[in-house]
Amino acid sequence: MNGQEQLDNNRMSFLGGAFKSVRRFNHYPVIPILIILVLLVIPAIFADLLAPHESRAGGLGDRLIPPMWLEGGSSEYILGTDRVGRDIFSRIIHGSRISLVISLIGIASGGILGTGLGLIAGYVGGWADAVIMRLVDIGLALPSIIFALALGVLMGPSFATVIIVVTYVLWAYYCRQIRGEVLRVKSRDFIARAKVSGASDFRIIRKHVFPNVTNTLIVLATLQVGFVIVLEATLSFLGVGIPRPTPAWGLMVADGREYITSAWWIAMFPGLAIMLTVLALNLLGDSIRDRLDPTLRQV
Amino acid sequence: MQRFIVLRIGQGLIALFAVSIIVFSLTRLTGSPADVFLSVDATQEDYDRIAEQWGLNDPLYQQYLVFLFNVLRGDLGDSWRWPGHTAFELTIQRSIATLQLALFSLSVSTVIAVPIGVMAAVNKDRPIDWVGKVIALLGQSVPPFWMGLVLIWIFAVQLEWLPTSGRGSFKHIIMPAITMGWFQVAAVMRLMRSSMLDSLDTEYVKLARIKGLTERKVVWKHALKNAAITPLTYFGIIAASFLTGSVVVETVFAWPGIGSLAIEAVRSQDYTVIQAVVVLFAGVFIFASLVVDILYAYLDPRIRYQ
Repeated sequence: MNGQEQLDNNRMSFLGGAFKSVRRFNHYPVIPILIILVLLVIPAIFADLLAPHESRAGGLGDRLIPPMWLEGGSSEYILGTDRVGRDIFSRIIHGSRISLVISLIGIASGGILGTGLGLIAGYVGGWADAVIMRLVDIGLALPSIIFALALGVLMGPSFATVIIVVTYVLWAYYCRQIRGEVLRVKSRDFIARAKVSGASDFRIIRKHVFPNVTNTLIVLATLQVGFVIVLEATLSFLGVGIPRPTPAWGLMVADGREYITSAWWIAMFPGLAIMLTVLALNLLGDSIRDRLDPTLRQV
Repeated sequence: MQRFIVLRIGQGLIALFAVSIIVFSLTRLTGSPADVFLSVDATQEDYDRIAEQWGLNDPLYQQYLVFLFNVLRGDLGDSWRWPGHTAFELTIQRSIATLQLALFSLSVSTVIAVPIGVMAAVNKDRPIDWVGKVIALLGQSVPPFWMGLVLIWIFAVQLEWLPTSGRGSFKHIIMPAITMGWFQVAAVMRLMRSSMLDSLDTEYVKLARIKGLTERKVVWKHALKNAAITPLTYFGIIAASFLTGSVVVETVFAWPGIGSLAIEAVRSQDYTVIQAVVVLFAGVFIFASLVVDILYAYLDPRIRYQ
């Protein structure tokens, strides 16, 4: 080994060490949790206290003001204003509420529906399994965006439309995953013993099967919060999600699209908020998965 | 194997049938389509005339059968938004632009993703593996519509290298293709990496090394050839996901494909075109998953007997 190689190896191991310590740090997802708190949870709860301006109304005199560090910007509007003079910073703060509420309700309803059907399909088997799994196939076959577009036309853009679409997209994933888990659990000894001791099917599902799939549920749910936020933003961006003038992040990016050549900040900052939040949520979800159930890496 | 294929095709047909029911009921759910078509000051006679013309007074199952028959003939009626064109004709025309974009995007993302995936597997836990992980993470986290706008801002507005939108020269396709392929790069790279890790661990790779082959030949010839099977089967899924991706990407870049057709049809409430697009999308999805399943079963005999 010559000197240059030795040097390269040392450099490599130094870099490797740095990456390793990053990875060790990753076992305690401090940064993701902080980002989620700062960008999503705290603003969602205290939006009215934190936002310096009204989120839905602005002064026409204050249109298209750039962010404060650019020429023409003012410290009153930290991230600038949009085409009707609304403060972008305040709208991002209020928008976090939409993202959080949609993802919580959507995951809850999709999760409950999917888990329920998955438990039935896995535990009962036979024709119930066949019917439910065909429904899952169909659910996965009809693309979510197209379903959303069709529904958006029929119902108009609304909160309910978004929740229905999110539920429609999520339930099949839960159903398939939970069914697989149930099939594994069902063949275990303690289920047979519970049956022998005379427990009803409902009791067996509730007391013996369900507790064994909760880890999977938690992992799936945390991994999907980010996905749902992007889905909602995409629907709002396409005009079939949250209606105007509600400050939803995806809608704000859509509003900024026409102004990308002159007032880039309108689209840039809400998108950045989506990206950072989802990035943090994915990191958090990954580390929860690694702790609770490493076998779910493929999900 | 034959039994598996027949069964799987049967399942695909059932799924298509169910989709047709969903499509049909979506258009009938919120009352009569005549409401959408007629203006506010339409009289009862107008309603009756339209209802008679479209067979809206027939029983629902009869309407459904007529609808199904028309779909099978490729006749979904004329577009309302673009008079003089049938919905079928419009979807086919616009598909070509989307196909062009998807193929270009697919080749670019493959050329980027496969080498990075292989390098990440060979250099597991080294810096290049971490670069791969960061790309994968960003691929999952950056919303495509925003990514498209950022690209426009950088390359069209600030640097003025590329046109902002539209279809025409080669320069027009670059940004939409990157936006579309971005997520796929992450997915293919991860698949490539894990399948390559498995492959590097096998007996034949060890044998190749013992034979004294160069590391380059071992990795890029012996290991990669066998590892490529998994990502190959995934391409069916990618092809299908390009369809949904097209809706967003084509809206951002005003690319005149099937996705922007869908959005324009939705905005102008053109039901016939929406139906045609949904039927086409679902058809491609179901066909793609059929091909993938059969490919899998062909490559991995254990699947056939599940």
